[in-house]
Amino acid sequence: MNRFVISPRHLQAIHHHAGVSYPEECCGVLIGHAGNGTSPTIVERILSVGNEREDSRHNRYVISPETILAAQKEARALGLDIVGYYHSHPDHPARPSEFDREHAWPGLSYLIVAVERGRVVEAKSWRLTDDRESFDEETIDQVAGRPSVPAGLAKEAS
Amino acid sequence: MSITIHIPTPLRRFTAENGEVEVEGQTVGEALKDLTRRHPSLERHLYNDQGALRSFVNVFLNDEDVRHLERDGTAVKAGDTLSIIPSIAGGGR
Repeated sequence: MNRFVISPRHLQAIHHHAGVSYPEECCGVLIGHAGNGTSPTIVERILSVGNEREDSRHNRYVISPETILAAQKEARALGLDIVGYYHSHPDHPARPSEFDREHAWPGLSYLIVAVERGRVVEAKSWRLTDDRESFDEETIDQVAGRPSVPAGLAKEAS
Repeated sequence: MSITIHIPTPLRRFTAENGEVEVEGQTVGEALKDLTRRHPSLERHLYNDQGALRSFVNVFLNDEDVRHLERDGTAVKAGDTLSIIPSIAGGGR
């Protein structure tokens, strides 16, 4: 099982984003060091971005290519990479939906936060299998002491 | 003429883990063709069976989406940067 390492402060910021966005889905970019199955994925920064869907925001999210390009530039400037994305599932479990699977990319971590009636109940991280048929769950390791200042694009987490 | 293509994390497994690849070409299409010539396994992830760029793959020339320019025919010059950006979407239920 791949390890997904994130600081408690970053995870808390993501939970907060998920809570204040309820009943809509929130989303954001995870930046750090990509894991490869043997080495863990390490999150160094989070970018809380707006859900750019104009409809069905309670069960859909989209991050525009322009936003991802800006995030990628920011990551590169720090010698880091985009290692995954997070989003919330309002009143739905923290497991990937079929729609999530259809739109997922291998090699990335997908952190999903389940929110019930405005309260975060759980967070789980997933990686798409190479055959695109399913997801493997990652072990979330909360490790304090990593850089914790959300980057420039952060709207909710600062 | 050499330009740089930035490869996103999920596609680096097809570029020997390189995040940047230097390619040759006069247009965006030529540059991408040179990229897939150097890394053939990338091709099916970038193009559909009709040879068109997949809808969930975006290509930016510097800061501009090439779909808003002249797509594959967009001219490139030395020092330009192409970025391959995956579309990101999802949601519950």
